[in-house]
Formats: sequence, C-alpha cells, structure tokens
Amino acid sequence: MVRAGAIIVFLTVFAAAAGPWLSPYDPSSQQLSQRLERPSMDHFFGLDELGRDIFSRVLAGARISMLVGLTVVGISSIVGIALGAVAGYFGGWLDEGISRSIDILLAFPGILLAIALVAVLGPSLRNVVMALSVIGWVGYARLVRGQVLRAREFEFVQAARALGASTTRILVRHVVPTTLPAVMVQATLGMAGSILAEASLSFLGLGVQPPTPSWGTMLNGGRLHLLDAPHLTIFPGAAIATLVLGFNFLGDGLRDVLDPKRQRV
Amino acid sequence: MLRYLIRRLLLTIPVLIGVATLVFALIHFIPGDPAQAMLGEGATPEDVAQLRARLGLDRPLVVQYGAFLNGVVHGDLGVSLRNDQPVARQIIERMPATATLAFAAMAVALLIALPLGIVAAVWRGTWIDHGAMTLSLAGISVPNFWLGPLMAIVFSVKLGWLPVGGSGTPAHLVLPAITLGASLAAILARMTRASLLEELSEPYVLAARAKGVSRTRAVLHHALRNSLIPVVTIIGLQFGVVLTGAVITETIFAWPGIGRLLIQSISFRDYPTVQGCVLLIAITYVGVNLLTDLTYGFLDPRIRVGR
Repeated sequence: MVRAGAIIVFLTVFAAAAGPWLSPYDPSSQQLSQRLERPSMDHFFGLDELGRDIFSRVLAGARISMLVGLTVVGISSIVGIALGAVAGYFGGWLDEGISRSIDILLAFPGILLAIALVAVLGPSLRNVVMALSVIGWVGYARLVRGQVLRAREFEFVQAARALGASTTRILVRHVVPTTLPAVMVQATLGMAGSILAEASLSFLGLGVQPPTPSWGTMLNGGRLHLLDAPHLTIFPGAAIATLVLGFNFLGDGLRDVLDPKRQRV
Repeated sequence: MLRYLIRRLLLTIPVLIGVATLVFALIHFIPGDPAQAMLGEGATPEDVAQLRARLGLDRPLVVQYGAFLNGVVHGDLGVSLRNDQPVARQIIERMPATATLAFAAMAVALLIALPLGIVAAVWRGTWIDHGAMTLSLAGISVPNFWLGPLMAIVFSVKLGWLPVGGSGTPAHLVLPAITLGASLAAILARMTRASLLEELSEPYVLAARAKGVSRTRAVLHHALRNSLIPVVTIIGLQFGVVLTGAVITETIFAWPGIGRLLIQSISFRDYPTVQGCVLLIAITYVGVNLLTDLTYGFLDPRIRVGR
C-alpha cells in the first residue's frame, strides 16, 4: 500500500510540476462551439461548460491542490510543533492556555470553522490556506504535547539537563526530534485532509474562485450538467479521490512502519 | 460516577464559552465595516448606519459581547437579514431534517461497517482482509461531494430509481444517507476490525474455542460484543464528521436542513444566521462528545478513576 501511495503521490507531484509542458491545451482557452463535448482522442477528459479542455484543467488543478496541501501542512505543523512542545515541556499556565485553546478549536467539527472563517473573510486561495491553517495546527499541537510529556522523562533528556544544556537546546536537539516520526505520519495524512478540505470549500463556492482551475471548483461547475455532461463531474472527482487515497495509503503505511505495535495488530 | 459526571460537566463550560466567544468574534473578522459588507458596495450610508444600529455594532465591544452571550443563554440568536425571521426559529424548523439525515447516515454506516470489519478481522491477512481494508480506505478518500453526484448520475439519471434531490418521501433520503454514511462506514469498519482483532487474541476467546464453541459463535457471541464498546465510542466521536458532511450533502441534494441553511446564508451574507448555524452545530458536537465521554466512563470504570 505504501508503494501504491508513493507512486500516486509521485505522479501527482510530477503532473503538478510538469503540468504546463504536459498540458495539450491552455487550461483557460475557450472553444465555446465545442462546449460540453464528451471525451475523445483530441480531448481525453472532454470539454467543460465554457469549452475548456478538462484534462489540461485537471493537471493545472493538481498544482493548486499540492500548493494548498503543502502550505497548510507546513504552517500547521510548524505552529503545532512549537506550541505542543512548549505546552508539554513547560506545563503550568502555558500548557493550560494552549490546551484550552485546542479544546475550543476541537469543539468545531471538521472544517466547520474553516467554512465560517472563509465566509467572513471572503472566498480566495489565500483565505482558504489561512482558514485551514487556523484549524490545522491543533492536531499537531495535541500530538506533540503528548509525545513531549513522555519524552521529557527520558534519561537522555534528563542527562542533557544535568549537563547544563539550555532549555532551547534540550527542546530542539533532544525532545522535538523524538516527536518527528509521529508528526511525519500526521503530516502525510494531513496532506490528504487539506486537499480534501480545499476541494470541499471550493465545491461550496467558498474556496478558489473561477477561472483558476481547482478540482473542487470544477466539480461545483459540473453540478449543473449532471444530466447532459457527467464527465465534468467524473474526472476532477476521480483526481481528488486518487490523490487523497495516495496520501492515505502512504500515511497508513508509514504509521505501520513507524509503530511496531500496530504491525502486530 | 457522580464526581466524574460533575467534573466532566464543569470542564465543558469553559469550552462552550470559548466556542460562543469565537462565534461572536466571527463577525468582527470581516474586513472593513461588517454592516457595509453585509449590505454590499451599493448600500447608502443611512442603510449601513441603520444596520449597524440594528445589529448593535455601534455599541462598545464588551457590551456587544455581553448581549450576545445573554442572547445565546436565552435562545435568542438574533434576526435573519434575509427574511427578518428569528434565527433560532429558522434553525429549529430545519433541525428535524438534519437529525433525520444524520441518523439515517449512521444507520447506513453501521450496516456497511460491521460486516466489513468482522470479515476483515476473521480472515485477517487474506485477500478478503486486504480487499475490505482497501475498500474502507477508498471510502475515506472518496469525497462526499463526488460520491453524491456520481450516485445521482447512476441511480437518478441513468436508472431513474431515486429522486435526484429534495425531500418529502423516504426515497429522497436514500442517496443523501448513503453519501453521508460512506466515509463514516469506512472509519467504523477499520475500527471494528482493529477492536475485534484485539478481542480475538484474548484468553477468554481461546478458552471458548478450546471448550468446543464454534468459530462463528466465538466471534459473534463472545468477541464482537466486547469489541463494540470502543466502536460505539467512535460513533459518538465521529458525529462531527456527520455534522460537517451534512453541510455538503444537504447542499448537493437540496435537503432542507441546517447545513443548507448555513450555505444559503453565506451566499446572502446573512451573518447572524451563519453565526447561529455554526454555534448550534458546534454546541451539538460538544454535547454529543460529552455524552460519549460519560457513556464510556459509565461502561469502563478505569476512565472515571484515570481522570
């Protein structure tokens, strides 16, 4: 499964990076006379409601998805690791403050808070990244806090403390690295979550705005043509499902590799 | 148990206050003047001033916050900007539709997940297990905003068996319930498998088998019963997935619930209704999580002692 996941993710990264050279057509160029044309040898995935080549737009959409996934996971993991490590290592009022903030943010199910934030900030790619990062750091912080609580009792950490190492050095060099395998799994699954969340927001009309080709926006456009042109819905959706499945395979496999207990179960 | 109950209830209060505070703050995150944003660029200064006064935005922030919390406690969530109806009434009217959809989705999820999880655990390591788990991972990965339209294409457009949207008859519920229940089913199937595998390795199951109890009976009558305790808990904790999923599913199938009201209100910039919907969904989620925790504490005394 890890191999299948890695292949899917690699192909998508390649498609995202090489998209401009792989695309047979400009993703924005319109051929209104051929609108809603079904898949053919000229247009592998057919044409959309404005006569744009869906294959080229799916390739361009891969760039948006990877961009959102990487940015959200990057911001969320950095903020989450920092706050989780501080909360777990220092305890006291810092831990209380951070843990209560986590509790409050976790009280909003799934992407509800992101929907609400984008609703007030306005739909745009930047606001989607911001909203998903606001809810994203919580998972990392909770995970890292738990790991740090355990790690600060390790003998090598106590030895470093006894040798007079500074708190920053202990945290950065000794404690935080012990949390990284778990963070890596969370980040891989987080890529899947972020890509799905961006597509959900774009599908609801709250994310990336037309004419920028995003898979969620393309699916939203396809809703009006379910009866006469189902290919508008099928291909962008298949792209989302495949990439998310790839990251889930990879995350699941990594978790099994990094946690021997799960292998036994 | 009473001490645990009181402690758990007291811990919920700051979370609820935090949730209400964040929902209150939402309207103040609007860039520029919130009243201007709600009315649009073409609004006259008089209209903007009038709306600002109506929403209390011209009062000091502390006073606004106090009034908001007071309103929430008394069930007053303000008035919709779209139709001048009380927000609370609109939400209450839509609640049965969302509840019906959520419970139907959970029923669908259980119907799919339990058999899938059981066969995967019993035939662990075989192609049945791999197939069932790959299917469940696919279920988690397939977005409901794709699965819904796909099913509509097949069952409504091609076969004509089910209505494509709306509400009113049980047939209208089928596609939204499956769409919403699919990802939950995938999560529950994995949980059922993991939990059942642990139980199957317990000595009491081996003892039952040694006494001549059949494999089916050992699984279904002994191990499954105990393995369902964590699964039931997960159902409670995954209620959030159902609530968020309902927002998208209701939008796809024009199901007249709170999720659809939320999305419609966003497009009309009806922020009091947006705040009301978000607040209610979050409070419901907190309430279900609390109930789940209490149930788990009731079922497993170690939880009560541990906290």
